[in-house]
Amino acid sequence: MLGKLDWSAIPFDQPIPLIAGGIVLVAILGVLTWVVVKGHLPYLWSEWITSVDHKRIGVMYILLASVMLLRGGSDAIMMRIQQAVAYQSQGYLPPEHYNQIFSAHGTIMIFFVAMPFVIGLMNLIVPLQLGVRDVAFPTLNSVGFWLTATGALLVNLSLVVGEFARTGWLAFPPLSELSYSPGVGVDYYAWSLQISGVGTLVAGINLVTTVLKLRTKGMNYLRMPMFCWTTLASNLLIVAAFPILTATLAMLLLDRYLGFHFFTNEAGGNVMMFMNLIWAWGHPEVYILVLPAFGIFSEVVSTFSGKALFGYRSMVLATMAICVISFMVWLHHFFTMGAGPDVNAIFGIASMIIAVPTGVKIYNWLFTMYGGRIRFATPMLWAVGFMVTFIVGGLTGVLLAVPPADFMLHNSMFLVAHFHNVIIGGVLFGAFAGFEYWFPKAFGFRLDERWGKLAFWFTFLGFFITFVPLYIAGMLGMTRRMQHYDVAAWRPWMIVAAIGMAVLTIGVICQIVQIVVSIRNREALRDRTGDPWDGRSLEWATSSPPPVFNFAFSPDVRGEDAYWDMKARAQQQSLERDRPEYQDIEMPRNSPTGFVCAFFATIMGFALIWHIWWMVILGGLGAWATFVVFAWRDHDEYVIPAGEVAAIDRVNLEERRNLVSMAGAV
Amino acid sequence: MAMTAAAGHAHADPHHIGVVIEHPGPASKRIVTAYGFWIFLLSDIVMFSCFFAAYAVLSGQTAGGPKGSEIFEQGNVAIETVCLLLSSFTCGMASIAADVRNRFWFYLGMTVTCVLGLIFLVIEFREFADLVARGYGPSRSAFLTAFFSLVGCHGLHVSAGVLWLLTMMAQVFAKGFRADVLRRMMCFALFWHALDIVWVGVFSVVYLLGSAA
Repeated sequence: MLGKLDWSAIPFDQPIPLIAGGIVLVAILGVLTWVVVKGHLPYLWSEWITSVDHKRIGVMYILLASVMLLRGGSDAIMMRIQQAVAYQSQGYLPPEHYNQIFSAHGTIMIFFVAMPFVIGLMNLIVPLQLGVRDVAFPTLNSVGFWLTATGALLVNLSLVVGEFARTGWLAFPPLSELSYSPGVGVDYYAWSLQISGVGTLVAGINLVTTVLKLRTKGMNYLRMPMFCWTTLASNLLIVAAFPILTATLAMLLLDRYLGFHFFTNEAGGNVMMFMNLIWAWGHPEVYILVLPAFGIFSEVVSTFSGKALFGYRSMVLATMAICVISFMVWLHHFFTMGAGPDVNAIFGIASMIIAVPTGVKIYNWLFTMYGGRIRFATPMLWAVGFMVTFIVGGLTGVLLAVPPADFMLHNSMFLVAHFHNVIIGGVLFGAFAGFEYWFPKAFGFRLDERWGKLAFWFTFLGFFITFVPLYIAGMLGMTRRMQHYDVAAWRPWMIVAAIGMAVLTIGVICQIVQIVVSIRNREALRDRTGDPWDGRSLEWATSSPPPVFNFAFSPDVRGEDAYWDMKARAQQQSLERDRPEYQDIEMPRNSPTGFVCAFFATIMGFALIWHIWWMVILGGLGAWATFVVFAWRDHDEYVIPAGEVAAIDRVNLEERRNLVSMAGAV
Repeated sequence: MAMTAAAGHAHADPHHIGVVIEHPGPASKRIVTAYGFWIFLLSDIVMFSCFFAAYAVLSGQTAGGPKGSEIFEQGNVAIETVCLLLSSFTCGMASIAADVRNRFWFYLGMTVTCVLGLIFLVIEFREFADLVARGYGPSRSAFLTAFFSLVGCHGLHVSAGVLWLLTMMAQVFAKGFRADVLRRMMCFALFWHALDIVWVGVFSVVYLLGSAA
């Protein structure tokens, strides 16, 4: 009846996950009770859960990423403490628990922090920058988000019910095959990624179509803001690479569930094929994450330097070059597996070539700053911090791309330090820069600068104190994923790294305090202009937060830096618009499809993990029925009457006119 | 404060040399839908290509079990291929009928498409069942694993297509040829034709090459 599920799935003998799970459960129940008692449920349901507004969905993505960042961060803290104390002793974590922690840490940080964070920012901002009302497929957008949330839920469920994979974040066979991992850990891993992967693919299709087909009038390709370009590149990679992940995980699951022989040791299975397939997805994945961050930095650097982006066209070219080359380097992840010197040389050179367009970008940002009027607001600090950090990560990456060096350094702490160097210094710094930069646009008030700067400095210093020791430990021969060790020379570095982790944690706390303080002072921090940073692209042309329809009139774009141009022109005309003719606007209706679909997907995923077949069928039928019901709807749009549009827009225009006249007076 | 924009950048695109074709604005819903669906199809084909690649890698790994030439029956495959190619034609007829809003030809075209798809599925299912009965199931060898997965994945898509086809017929029955229903019909037709293209790949790589080896 319940498949493999029984009471032994609950780890009563392990206090850490049980207590953590208990606390989370109490917190969730507490929040739910508060929501219900206070009567916020109808608001949450109609304004957020069923919303198909790209801005709301973007915010929910970022919220999901932030919560999961805390979870993945807790795993990181546990690992650093373990390695600091586990010199000639077992440490405080049992081996199988430690193995689950490093697997969960990698999985969560990539799939449920970095991915939702960048997809959330793209969702929030790209339609605004393109000057359109929504993404191409609003309801599908909601489905994509909720499926990602399903994946995150399943991963967290594994904390208390059953176990998570002990295989590392990519579940390499034959370790992940049934004979070596008979538990449900790998199944949790594979199904949560399979479900959230569908969500990511949906988001990718949506954003590619949005950028290519929905741009406002006059927004030629070479007038798109840089962030739209990197979004396009990143989402092209998503639609090309995520199906590979889907296929690979499907093969692994077939091996595990039906005794197939794709990757087994016996009957002719081929383990190396898994490596090739997973990294053919995995390497582009790195660029899926970092390209949007590059776009954010381009926007931030140009805005806070008060200059147009230097070398816009070379930036576009570099972005698309990275997009293409990122597919040609996957083999550098297994130089040491005997592919031979010719293959290694080709992939080594291809890997180094990626540094060229990336270097172009770094120089463009530097030249954008050169001669500009630079303001070191928090987003700009993250951008400059990124340039310093990412160059170190890029250089160690080029080092690892040299096959002979890689023979010495692969699977060492040096490698661990390298990819944290680029992922934290690139993606996470970019996400934080974007978060600080676009927060006023999303919520209508700025974030507290003092706490923001503190958060930056603690994170920046904490990052180097944590990961420079790991580089050194790697040079000293320490391999990754060690539960305990006996080499005295590594010990001091592990202790320094643990101290660095503490500094990083202070950075995270500062960021939380920043949000709390800003919400308390929101009246003082209110952004009435819609343009708190003196921005250059169209998202700043509308109010903060934007009305549900984004723009009362579809903007007409005449050049790069669309809003900057408009401001220049408007200053001459002092925003005189002779009685604009407002028109009715059609917007997509809210729909619970995404939420209901994810509900059934959760049931189905859980049932598949535990082999509860009747429940699988139930979940599958439910998901299909949801779509039929959705397809059966008769009205998918509602009309905002011209009068309402006018009322909303006039307030916005009035604010701006006041500002212009004030600026004129000064 | 924020309005101290530097003038001088206001003139249109200094980089453009010659004629600039102005972007006219967002595309129509029909184009957006079709475009998005095309991108989905391309991503689906990427997924198929992984199974093709796996088949190419594993096709020699018979682990003492049968080779392709020992188990493939050309006759059945020929009938399957004819069914599928013909169904693409009838699906095209149904699409045209939908465009000119002719219910009779639409239902007829869709029904024939459905029947041809089902015949294809039945033949494939019997082939699979027969192989399993002879002890040549997918867990016999890596070659059979790859074979069952690639062909089965295509079969699964056809099954989903049949389900979608029936839903489309029901939609036209209940809603008529509304704009959104026509957009979905266009997507369904794209999907069905794409399955045909994938089948041509399966037919060539698995059955023709496999029988020759």
